[in-house]
Amino acid sequence: MGAASSKARGATDDPAWAKILLIGAVFVFLALVLILPLVAVFAEALRKGLDAAILAARQPDALAAVKLTLLTAAIAVPFNAVFGLCAAWAIAKHDFRGKALLITLIDLPFSVSPVVAGLIYVLIFGLQGWFGEWLLDNDIRIIFAVPGIVLATVFVTFPFVARELIPLMQEQGTSEEEAAISMGASGLYTFWRVTAPNVRWGLLYGVLLCNARAMGEFGAVSVVSGHIRGLTNTMPLHVEILYNEYDFVGAFAVAALLCLLAVVTLVLKTALEIAQPDVRGRRGH
Amino acid sequence: MTIAIRSVEKQFGRYPALNKVDLEIADGELLALLGPSGSGKTTLLRTIAGLEFPDAGQVLFDGQDVTYASAAARRVGFVFQQYALFKHMTVAKNIAFGLDVRKGKDKPSKAEIARRVEELLKLVELEGLGGRYPSQLSGGQRQRVALSRALAVQPSVLLLDEPFGALDATVRKSLRRELRRVHDATGVTTIFVTHDQEEALELADRVAILNNGRIEQIGTPDQVHDAPETAFVCGFVGEANRFDGQVSGGRFNAGALTVPASALKDGAATAYVRPHDFALDEAGFEVLIERAQVQGALTAVTALTSDGRRLEISASRADADRFTGAVKIVARKAHVYAA
Repeated sequence: MGAASSKARGATDDPAWAKILLIGAVFVFLALVLILPLVAVFAEALRKGLDAAILAARQPDALAAVKLTLLTAAIAVPFNAVFGLCAAWAIAKHDFRGKALLITLIDLPFSVSPVVAGLIYVLIFGLQGWFGEWLLDNDIRIIFAVPGIVLATVFVTFPFVARELIPLMQEQGTSEEEAAISMGASGLYTFWRVTAPNVRWGLLYGVLLCNARAMGEFGAVSVVSGHIRGLTNTMPLHVEILYNEYDFVGAFAVAALLCLLAVVTLVLKTALEIAQPDVRGRRGH
Repeated sequence: MTIAIRSVEKQFGRYPALNKVDLEIADGELLALLGPSGSGKTTLLRTIAGLEFPDAGQVLFDGQDVTYASAAARRVGFVFQQYALFKHMTVAKNIAFGLDVRKGKDKPSKAEIARRVEELLKLVELEGLGGRYPSQLSGGQRQRVALSRALAVQPSVLLLDEPFGALDATVRKSLRRELRRVHDATGVTTIFVTHDQEEALELADRVAILNNGRIEQIGTPDQVHDAPETAFVCGFVGEANRFDGQVSGGRFNAGALTVPASALKDGAATAYVRPHDFALDEAGFEVLIERAQVQGALTAVTALTSDGRRLEISASRADADRFTGAVKIVARKAHVYAA
């Protein structure tokens, strides 16, 4: 390193070779573990041509899986958005007994294996489970049916919105709400006009993360689904079935579709970060 | 609006924030609640506002018991420490908030609200900035917006929590005068919390000094500065040299210093002498001058007594030359408190 190049960089910057090495290492690593598999998925799906891939993705069972996945996300995400918002509001803006316990409970789905989460529902609602006989007598199907899949997905994706909003709301404190209330605003008015606008970007960000996970969840859903083709197979489950049947084009075509949904989510997330710089850097999972 | 606080108590967990506090505030008065952090001054302000309910005691507005009435019902204007402006609303919307939330026949017409907002912007000298967002304003401007938002509802009492705490020194000074001007123009009873004694003494009609959840003294700025009733007030308000010593036979002695203390019984005591209450006098005790520095119209002197105490002395600029080497001084006035 010459004196001139030392002078050219800022006093606290690392030397150029260190930067190149570190950034390069990150890119090589990303290429190996992220980009290569993604490319492989699309390459495998298109190995017998675009037409074959489209045909595979348009199989009735594949379409049913897509529909079920979208339906599950459409129920789980709004549900978790509302309850995540409520939980975050309660935790960040109020003091009450058992608050620490509530925070721990919200984190539970992150710490419990998804397979265990699925088993819990089998234990409760399954044929041998606590409510199994009663459900059978009343002809209500939860396990091996759509309600079980939705329940498992709700459980697994519960923390995303709440976890996104709690630190944001805590940082914002309660003085704006106090100001609103001291000027005569009702609790509901304050929530809609003061609290909600302050967290809207964080909420949207949490919803996107929640949605990505809801569409991609495998473990918990796999336990409660029963893998009935065309009825209780979500996209990730359908990919596995096709793959196990050596239908590689079909498996990778559905997988590619799932990837596309994920990419759309990512693009939305990035667009959001560019539009609203202050939500960037919030930790997600 | 007169306000009366009657033996108000408030506890946070095991820690008492307010301990039987009594306070009367006259109509149109500008009162400062002064104290160190943790003295209970903010809790007292929030109790007056209705943002905090006391565990015991009463809060009266014009003789009416409002102890458990909401902040909105009391019609208080509250200025928060960090202003708590609504970030996603314009300055005009912020100021109008308290009028916009009103319902039915209480709600002024749009034109009336707009007129009121203009009037308030003019009062705090922010004309033309109604369309800006809080993030586009300087700290001092935000403070003015918070002030006019609090005034928009024509509050019965204006309450400010450390109103100048987040501002730099020059802005602080000009905003202090601003608050005084706004207070005089509106005549609204005003209470503000501060830990800055200079701010309290300069701005307020009366100062209440709090320590450990109690009011140590209430009085005009001159009273609390010149006639502090407790050792805490004496040490907290204005500068003072502290001497720990003994009272015997009506005189306080600490090393070379001896001052009259006729009201006190014999025993341990503490004396406080203000820097400007020392004077050169051949009849006094000897000190060694460490440093004498001219500061504007005054000379700030640091001196060492024969028993190793360091004293701060304030003299006129004209006397700067006389504070060299070993000189003799007396304490013209001292505040002595039993320990």
